[in-house]
Amino acid sequence: MPHISSSKTQPVYDVIVVGSGAGGGQTAYTLTMEGAKVLMLEAGRNYDPVKETPMFQTNNQAPLRGASTPDKPFGFYDSTVDGGWQVPGEPYTSASSDPARQFWWWRARMLGGRTNHWGRISLRNGPYDFKPYTRDGLGFDWPMSYEDLAPYYDKTEMLVGVYGTNEGLENTPNSPAGCLLPPPKMRAGELLAQHRAKKLGIPVMAIHRAVLSAKQDAENLPAKLHPKNAKAQRLIAKAMRERAACFWATACGRGCSIKANYQSTTVHLPPALDTGNLDIVTDAMVRAVTVDENGKATGVSYIDRKTREERTVKARVVVLAASSAESVRILLNSKSPRFPNGLANSSGLVGKYIMDTVGARLGGQIPALENLPVHNEDGAGGSHVYVPWWLYKEQHAGKLGFARGYHIEFDSGRRMPGMGSTSGLEGINGGGYGQQFKADARRYYGSFMSFAGRGEMIPNDDSFCELDPTVKDKWGIPVLRFHWKWSEHETRQAAHMQKTFGEIIESMGGKAGKPEATGAAAIEPGGKIIHEVGGTIMGTDPKKSVTNQWCQTWEVKNLFVNDGGAFCSNADKNPTLTIMALAWRSSDYLLEEMRKGNL
Amino acid sequence: MLTATAAVALMERAAMAAEGTPKVGVGYGTDPDLVKIYKPGDVWALTFTDPQRLTATALCDTIIPADDKSPAASKVGVPDFIDEWISAPYPGHTDDKRTVLEGLAWIDEESQKRFGNNFADLVLKQKNAICDDICAFGTAKPEFKKAAGFFRKFRDLTAGGFYSTPEGMKDIGYVGNVPTVNFAGPTPEALKHLGLA
Repeated sequence: MPHISSSKTQPVYDVIVVGSGAGGGQTAYTLTMEGAKVLMLEAGRNYDPVKETPMFQTNNQAPLRGASTPDKPFGFYDSTVDGGWQVPGEPYTSASSDPARQFWWWRARMLGGRTNHWGRISLRNGPYDFKPYTRDGLGFDWPMSYEDLAPYYDKTEMLVGVYGTNEGLENTPNSPAGCLLPPPKMRAGELLAQHRAKKLGIPVMAIHRAVLSAKQDAENLPAKLHPKNAKAQRLIAKAMRERAACFWATACGRGCSIKANYQSTTVHLPPALDTGNLDIVTDAMVRAVTVDENGKATGVSYIDRKTREERTVKARVVVLAASSAESVRILLNSKSPRFPNGLANSSGLVGKYIMDTVGARLGGQIPALENLPVHNEDGAGGSHVYVPWWLYKEQHAGKLGFARGYHIEFDSGRRMPGMGSTSGLEGINGGGYGQQFKADARRYYGSFMSFAGRGEMIPNDDSFCELDPTVKDKWGIPVLRFHWKWSEHETRQAAHMQKTFGEIIESMGGKAGKPEATGAAAIEPGGKIIHEVGGTIMGTDPKKSVTNQWCQTWEVKNLFVNDGGAFCSNADKNPTLTIMALAWRSSDYLLEEMRKGNL
Repeated sequence: MLTATAAVALMERAAMAAEGTPKVGVGYGTDPDLVKIYKPGDVWALTFTDPQRLTATALCDTIIPADDKSPAASKVGVPDFIDEWISAPYPGHTDDKRTVLEGLAWIDEESQKRFGNNFADLVLKQKNAICDDICAFGTAKPEFKKAAGFFRKFRDLTAGGFYSTPEGMKDIGYVGNVPTVNFAGPTPEALKHLGLA
C-alpha cells in the first residue's frame, strides 16, 4: 500500500492517523509494524527529501543569497513547504492586539510536517518534569512517571538515532547502554565556553540530537525494537541500512537526502509503507471527526485540496496528530447535537493550557576566536553542546524568583557565509571599506557567539485557543483564535537567561551585546520557539483533563490525540522526542485494546 | 490543488518558462524549487539602468577591491546581486530600493560637485575622499548622515553578496560544505590559538 489519491481509499481502516509529523509518523510506524491497516491523512503536499533537499547549494545559488522572506521565513533553503508564521488562505486570529498577548503559530503543509526542518535536539524529560505540581505546587502532574516513559525513550532513541553522552546530572536522565550514538567533537567556541563556564559552575556537555553520527546497528537494534516480530525486524533493519551516517556538511534544517538525521519522511514512513499496511493521502485537509449515534468515532471528514471535494473515510479508531493546535481545531469543529461544544470537550478543556517554550537570546564577540586558524567547523549541521539546567537546588530553595529551569543552546562557528555575515563588524570598527574592511572580515569571521535560553513555561488560564466566531479559512473551516499571556515565572526566567549569557560571554573574555531592560522585553513572543504543546492535556480526572495517560480521550474511547496536545507541562527539554515516545506508548496501548476487543 | 499561493507560484514559473521573462511584483512563492541554481533576474525583473549599474559597480569595488586573496566584488557578480535584492517584491526590499537608487544618484552628484566627474570615473583617492565622509554612520556629520545610511546598507549588501560566492568564502576562510568521513574538530593550531592545546 502506498501513496494514493483520495478516490482510492479502502472502505474502512483499522486506524486513521491525521498528520504525518513526529506524532503521526511514530503512530503509523508502530501500528503498521504490528499489522494494523492504517490510513494517514496529511494536509500538505507529498514531499520527498531524497529528491528535494538542497544539500550542497550555496547561498549565492539561491534568490537573495538565501535570506529570509515572507515566502520562506527561515531562509530560502529551509525545507518548509507552504508554511511559516502565516499560511496563505489559512489564517488564525488573536484575541488581543497587544503584541505581548499574541501567539505565533508555525505550520508546514507538507508530508512529515515540521520534522523536516526541526532542530533535531532530542532531550529526555527527567523525573521532576513528570511531577512538577508535586515538586513546587504549580501546574499539573503527568498521570505517569519518568519510569513509565523511559522504555519508550530508549526505543525512540534507538529507532531515530540520537547522538550524545550520559553525564548523570540532576533531572537529566542517562540513556541505557546502546541507545545513544557517539557525540561529535566540540567546535572551537564550544570548547572555549566549556572551559570558561566551568569556573562559573555552569556545565557544558554534549547535546543530544537526532543525527546519525555513525551508522545504526542494523544487526542488533531491530530485535530490541520489535521482539517476537520477525517481519518488523526485517523491515527496520532494511530501513536502517538505507540511512547513511552524517557526512558533516549542510545544515539539518534543509532536510537530509542521505537520511542521516531524523525526519518522519525518511525514518518513520519508509518502513511503515514497506509493511504494506499504510495508505497515505496527501492534500487532505481534515475538517472534523465523525461520530455515530453512540458517540463513538467513525472516521473523519476532509477536503481534498486538489478537487475541493469533501470526503469521508472510516476506521475503528481515529488518532489525531495534526499538531496540538490543529488537533484542537479539529475537535472543536467536530460539533454535533450530542457534542455541541466540540468532541471530547465535556470538560470544556479542549484548547486550554496551550504552552510554548520560553526563549531569550544574547550574543557577543569573543576576541579569543579572532584570526582562528582556518578549519572546517560545519559538523553535525547544528549545535554539538548545550548547558542542561544546573540550578535545581537554588531554585527549589526559592532563591531565583522563578519556578522552573531552562537549558542553553549555542550558536557559534565558522558557518557558511550569507547575508549578515559581516553585519557585526560595524559595531567593532565603526564602519569602513576597502582593504581594511576585507582584513577585518577575515579577522572577525567566526568570532561571534550567541546563546539562546530554552525554558519551561507553566500552563496558565490566560493561554488558550478557541474557534474564532466568524473567521473561516479558504476551505470554509472555522479558524483558531489565540489568547496568550506569560506569567512572571517566565519573564523573570528570561531576564535570568540574559544575565547568565552575559556572564558566560565575559568569562570567555568577550563583549556581550546589550541585554534588554526587562524580562518582558527579553522574552520571545508565545509560539516563536515552535514548541507548541498542550490544549488536550492528559490527567487522571475526566473533569480536569481531556485524555488519560494513553492520550485516549476520556469522552470517546476510540479517539486518541498523539501529538504534543496531551502535554500537561512543557519542560525546558525540546518536545519532539517526548512526542514520539508518548505516541509509541499510546500506540502500544491502542493495539492492545484493539486485540482485547475494547476498541 | 496546492495552496493558492503555491499554485500561483507554479503558474508563474510555468508562465516564465513560456515567455522567458520574469514577472514584476511576484516572489518565488511558498513552494519554490530548492534544488535549482538561480541567478539574478531569474525570478523577478531587475532594475538598474546602465548608468546606475556603472556607479554601483564602482562603489562595490571601492568597498571590496581586489587584493592578493580575492578579486573585486564586481568580478563575482555582486552588482547583479544588489540589483536582484532591490528589485525583489518583498517588504523591506522596496525601502532598500529607494535607499540604494537615491544613494547612487547622490554619490554621482557629490562626485560631480567635488571633482566634476561621475563616481565611476574618479581616481581612487577621489573615491576615498567621498567614502571617508560616509563610511561610518555613527560619526558621520549631519550633512552626510543620509548618505551614510545608504553606504551602510550598500556595504552590507556588497559584503553579503561577495562573501557568499566561492571566491568570497575562500577569502574569509570558510572551508566547509564538503562531505567528510569524520568531523575532526579544531585543528591543533586552532587549539593552541585558544590556549586549549
